[in-house]
Parts: sequence; C-alpha cells; structure tokens
Amino acid sequence: MGRSTAPSGLGDAVGLSDEQLVGMYRQVALARAIDERMWVLNRAGRVPFVISGQGHEGALVGIMSAFRRGHDWIVPFYRSIAACLTFGMTPRDLLLAQFAKASDPSSGGRQMPGHYGSAAHNILSTSSPVATQILHAAGIALAAKLRGTDQVAVTFMGEGASNQGDVHEALNFAGIHHLPFVFVVENNGYAISVPASKELAVRDVAVRAAGYGMPGVIVDGADVLGCYPPAAEAVRRARAGEGSTFIEAKVTRLTAHSSDDQQTRYRSEAELTAERARDPLPRFRAQLRDAGVLDDALEAEIAAENLRQVDDATEHAEGEPDPTVDTALLYVYAEDRPPAAGA
Amino acid sequence: MATRTFIESIRETLAGEMRRDPATIVLGEDVGRKGGVFLATDGLYAEFGESRVIDTPLTESMIVGVSIGAAANGLRPIAEIQFADFIFPAFNQILSEAARMRYRSNNAFGCPITIRAPYGGGVHGALHHSQSVEAFFTHIPGLKVVVPSTPHDARGLLRSAIRDDDPVLFFEHKKLYRSVRGDVPDREYTIPLGSAAVARPGTQITVVAYGLMTHYALEAADTVDDEGISVEVIDLRSLRPLDRGTLLESVRKTGKCLIVYEDNRFGGYGAEVAAIVAEEAFDYLDGSITRLAGPDVPGVPYNHVLEDWFMVSPAKIADAIRTLAAY
Ligand SMILES: Cc1ncc(C[n+]2csc(CCOP(=O)(O)OP(=O)(O)O)c2C)c(N)n1
Ligand SMILES: [Mg+2]
Repeated sequence: MGRSTAPSGLGDAVGLSDEQLVGMYRQVALARAIDERMWVLNRAGRVPFVISGQGHEGALVGIMSAFRRGHDWIVPFYRSIAACLTFGMTPRDLLLAQFAKASDPSSGGRQMPGHYGSAAHNILSTSSPVATQILHAAGIALAAKLRGTDQVAVTFMGEGASNQGDVHEALNFAGIHHLPFVFVVENNGYAISVPASKELAVRDVAVRAAGYGMPGVIVDGADVLGCYPPAAEAVRRARAGEGSTFIEAKVTRLTAHSSDDQQTRYRSEAELTAERARDPLPRFRAQLRDAGVLDDALEAEIAAENLRQVDDATEHAEGEPDPTVDTALLYVYAEDRPPAAGA
Repeated sequence: MATRTFIESIRETLAGEMRRDPATIVLGEDVGRKGGVFLATDGLYAEFGESRVIDTPLTESMIVGVSIGAAANGLRPIAEIQFADFIFPAFNQILSEAARMRYRSNNAFGCPITIRAPYGGGVHGALHHSQSVEAFFTHIPGLKVVVPSTPHDARGLLRSAIRDDDPVLFFEHKKLYRSVRGDVPDREYTIPLGSAAVARPGTQITVVAYGLMTHYALEAADTVDDEGISVEVIDLRSLRPLDRGTLLESVRKTGKCLIVYEDNRFGGYGAEVAAIVAEEAFDYLDGSITRLAGPDVPGVPYNHVLEDWFMVSPAKIADAIRTLAAY
C-alpha cells in the first residue's frame, strides 16, 4: 500500500500524529541499526564486548515518547540504547561508548560499553550492579517533587534484576511519597540463562505493584503503539502529583545476553525461531505500512539515513583517540582537576 | 564563644547549614518528629518541615541510594544512618554508586552527599551497637571519611562535609555525644577535610588517634607526663583524605609512633598509618611502630567485664606508651 497524503488516523486513539509515528519508527529502526553495528564490530574483532537491546527497542520508544526530552530524567541500564536515543544521545555518543574513547560522553572510556550517561540530557550514569539505579531514580523524583520542577524520573531494568532488595526499598519509598516516578521492567524471560520460572514466584512482575500502593500495568513490548498510552498515563499521573507507576513490558531478547554468552546452550532453536515473531521492528513497520503512514520510498529513505548515521558514528568513534594514562587519576574527587593549560 | 556538648554542636551545625542552603535535606530513621534516637536532629522537623526532614522507612540502602539520586537532581542530602553498625545494607550503594559516580562518569556527575553515622563502643551496645566501621570505608577511593573528636571540630568538619562536592562519611562517637563539652566559636568557620590537629605537643612519642581515642590518648599523655615521658598526640580528624604532612612531621620529630584505634586490630585503619610511617619516616624511627587496638573478636561483648576487656582505655594506652618509650 502506498502512502496517502490524508492523515491515516492510526494514532488518533492514543493522540499521536502520523509525523510522530514516523519519528518513532525512525528511532526504533535507528536503535536496531546501531545495535546490529555493535555486534558486527565485535564479531570483526574491533571491539571486545557488546551488551545491547535488540528486541527491547519498541517498548522503549513507545514508552519514552510520553516523556519530555531535556526536562525529565532517565536512569538507564545496559539495554537502554533506544531510550537514550529518544532523550538526545546521538549514534556518535553510543558508538564512542562502544569504542571506549576519550570523548565518550558516558564515561570517557572508563566503563564497559553499554553503561550510558549524559549530564546534558538528564541521563544518569549507569553502573554494573543490577537494580541499584532504581533508588537513584526515586531520589531524582524526590528532588523533582521537593524543588517543584515538574520533572518525572523513569528507570528501567530486567525482570531478573527486579528481584533485588533495592527494588523493594525504592518502590516502597516512591509509593509512600507519591513520587513522580515510573518504573519499567523489561521482562524478556531470562536473566542471562535463568528462565523467568526460576527467577520469579509470579508470572507477571507488575502484580507486585500492589504491595507499593501504585498501579501495575502490563504492556506487550512487541506492540510499539500499545506501549505509549500506559506510559502517557503514568507521566500524567506523575505530573499531577498522583504518584508512581509500575510498567512491565513483555519483550524478547533477540540476541545472546552479551557477546560473551552463547544462548543456544540454554534456548532451543524452536524457541529462538518463535521469538523472532515478537520482534517489534517488523511489526511496527507492517502496521505503519498497512495504515499508509509508511511506503517503500519513505522506508528506504529512513533506512538510508539511519545507515548513514551509523556509518558516520562508527567512523568517527573508531578514529577518536583513546584516553591517555595521564588522565587516569582525574575525577576521583571534585578537586582532581587537570593541570591548567601552560602550568 | 559558646560552650557546647558534642551533640549540640552537631545539631546546631545541621540547623545552620539547612538555613544557609535550601538545597539541603536531612533523611533517615526517626530523624523527624523524634529528632533522631540520639536527638542529633532535634528541632529540625519543627523548623524545616517534613519535606526537608524526612523520616524514612527502615531501609538503609534506600536512604543512601535516594540521597545519590536527589544529589544528581540538585539537592544536598544529609543522610543519617541510625547506628554505624547498620550501614552495611547500604554498603553497595556507598561503594559501587556514591564513591564511583564521579570517576565512572568522567566528572559528568558528582555525588554531594553526607552520611552521618554514630559509631563506637564503651556504651553497653554489644556487638551490633558498638562497632567502629571506618576501615571498610577508608579503603574506598572516591569517599571521604571524617571522625571528629571535639565539639569545635565537629562543627567545622561537618560544615565542610556538607559543602563538599563528594560523598563524605561522618562518624560520630556515641560516647562523646554528651560526655564532651567544648568551646565553639560563633563565627562561620570551616575545617578543611584532610587536616589533622596536634592535640597536644610533645617530644618523645607520637600517639596517633581519632574520635574517642583522641581523648583517651590525651588522658594517657597526662599520666605519663608525670613520669617524664613527653607525648605528642595527633588527632587525625579526617581519615581520608589523610594529612600525611602533620603525621610525618610529628613522627620525624619524636622518632616513635603509637597508633591507637578502637576497631579490630587486623587490617584496621592504623595498619595503613603504620605502613605510611614505615615507608616515609623509616630513617627517623627509634622504635617499632606500634598499634594498640581492639582485639580480633567479632564485636564488643555486652557484659561490662568483657566490654572493658575489649575497649582500649587510657590505662592501656599509658602502658603502651611506657613500653614504647623504654624501647
Ligand atoms: C548485583 C549483580 N549480580 C549479578 C550481575 C551479573 N549480571 C548482569 S546482567 C544479569 C542478568 C540480568 O537479567 P535481567 O535483569 O532479566 O535483565 P536482562 O539482561 O535479561 O535484560 C546478571 C546476572 C550483576 N551485574 N549485578
Ligand atoms: Mg531478563
């Protein structure tokens, strides 16, 4: 079906224009293109490690479209490529982290790839112990509330991480204080190799929201548009002072846990094939095409533009200098400044 | 100039900093209406209200983790851990998050939080209300660790801690809260973190101490003075950063160094002091570097006979001084 000039009406029910839908598609496709490039670079021996989010991008773009970039806060984890893109990090920023270069805005090459952060975009620095970040998001939300900034803090993690004690402590606190806070669990059914049935005593993590006096909502992460309305409602509630929301997105992990994992050791071929059907990207593409929002020409234009950006980011990042050892002692403390020029 | 107890000095400093900087908040267990189990935050709730003086749930990881996030979004949290013994549920947040935030983000984010925690034995607190926990934290780059011994220093150091742009652990010895009084100037002074004090000048032996042990060392120094032994007492005040200059200058002058700490001896903070003295003042030494510390049992026992056995006392310090002086 070709693209018509009349509005498609596809996003009417959820309040999204065709232009916004195309923008969301661009982001899902760009996140995927960056992610695939990271794996190619790893397999080619150009970067030692990849951890990324293929299969999670649809939920993230659907959810993040409800937030205000440059105003609200993200506290990410290692599968948050798409979320960081929606808040203004660029393909160059993400590839600089992948190559761990001096100009990597996330950590200047100090952290493993996938540990994103950007003060300029209200994206808090990520660490490696899972789930610790939820308390930081609650703290950001507390500050937003006390300072009256109207900001909302959103954080993400896997269903495996959601069992950590910090999650309980944070949700309890957020519930008590009705914080402007949104908690997203990206449930991909595995914590590395351990299936959800061995990690969770319940099928749906979101039922735990009841213990914290907040709504728990389940969304299908393969359905990009379906992820938007609950997120928009969560943001509305947060800004209105009505409190926090727990969103569980059922997603699929299309790759191994990381480049150090071999998922065929614990997932069958049949399962992996079946899970391909839960890939949000082709589904969103088909939905937009069916509605006439996307056609061959626009799809090709977006693909070409994304590829151009990924190529540019790869070339740029690979060519950037490594950090030098004379900087390795800097920023243990605030007073650790580089020597003044000429000093 | 006013005379204040240690706890009064802390309380007034907190109030003063909260008046001065609207970004400061206090959070912890029972810090609100009750004013803290030791009354360190008494009156703050009435003056600043429940939004800036937050009674948290009984969740230490949350107290520190939420402080880290709030600091990232413009606040300057002052967290209270009710007893230093119960800081361990927050250990991961302190070690992996607060202390590393600046380094791991290449200076994009800092973590200006202060964590106050009452510590120490000799108060009938048994294993879990008596601990000295500083060694776990002084090991961590990115953290600052402060242990004041007087009302005057508590004020100047707490001001510096709260105004510091990095996470500071501020340990207050419970036994000092009401037993120690001292002059506290009315002016807005601060004491830089990383500056030790010569608590008593002397010529023959350097005794290095902090917290309650500074007072015990001073008592011991008085005792042996009558016997003709001149002791210099160095109150470290700040364990990290450490004022190496004051420490080494004293040891190079006296040639003898006794390090006194209340914590378990093995791997305690005094071991680091001993190593620094050995590496940097070896040529000046006229006796073995000596540690006097708590015995290596898992905690301070409750019964008073056993507690006295555990605690380093002025008499034990005096004995250690005599032994080292005779070396
Ligand atoms: C506290 C802690 N324990 C263990 C690990 C090692 N680890 C990293 S990711 C992971 C699995 C996480 O699974 P889940 O939370 O479901 O997220 P997913 O990777 O599936 O997106 C494990 C065990 C860690 N990073 N932190
Ligand atoms: Mg998972």
